[in-house]
Amino acid sequence: MASKPRIKIPKSAKVGEVIEVKTLITHKMETGFRKDAKSGKMVPRDIITSFVAKFNGEEVFRTALHPAISANPYISFFMAVPAAGEFEFIWTDEKGETWSVKEQLTVS
Amino acid sequence: MTARSQRNALDRREVMVGASVAAIAALTPALPAFAQEGQPQVQSPTMPEALKTAIGDAKPIEGKVTIDLPEVAENGNTVPFSISIEDDGSTNSVKAVHVFATKNPNPNVASFFFSPRSGKAQVSSRMRLGSTQDVLAVAELTDGSFYMGKKTVKVTIGGCGG
Repeated sequence: MASKPRIKIPKSAKVGEVIEVKTLITHKMETGFRKDAKSGKMVPRDIITSFVAKFNGEEVFRTALHPAISANPYISFFMAVPAAGEFEFIWTDEKGETWSVKEQLTVS
Repeated sequence: MTARSQRNALDRREVMVGASVAAIAALTPALPAFAQEGQPQVQSPTMPEALKTAIGDAKPIEGKVTIDLPEVAENGNTVPFSISIEDDGSTNSVKAVHVFATKNPNPNVASFFFSPRSGKAQVSSRMRLGSTQDVLAVAELTDGSFYMGKKTVKVTIGGCGG
């Protein structure tokens, strides 16, 4: 299960400025390499495999995640601000379940 | 022993080796049935396989890629890292960077894909490291060239739950 995506972007930016976008989602990122201490059985793999960031509908950054990404995946990247607008962040797990969040960026 | 009988002996040995290889091959398909309980359900690629899937047969040149990682990671479950690729700043010449933990059970860590809007080819995240090893980052440039960087990390407590 995943929940509570958190995003940190500057309150406002200038057009052309390169801003850092920090993202975090709560997810256990179960590797599939771990044994349950009680039953001794392997805990099945359960990971987020894709993260996509869009700005005003255009894809600006994408990540393919593997089991070696720590629980509660944190991803930070950069974007050169084209205009004011809206970010959309989408996480997808291996079973196709998605979580998304939107965030406004104002331009000064 | 004549040359001829020596030759025959060799032939026989080859036949025996061939037969045992065939026997092993015949047994192999039965293995996944055993593997269900005590083994991971998802097969992991080896390091060369992972690299080939990500970049094909390209031969990356050393340089341009900087990996920022702690020298010693006390907890392998969450090792912060940052990767930046040299770019002249205006051309957005970096298409992607693929990150590998060479000795993890699954060496793939993540692939980050940039866009013409990226502005700066730099990413940060956190990874799991099972043991002391080299972390490899291979950058794919829009002109089709590949560059790589490497960093050794000492891990005190491994992070793969083994």
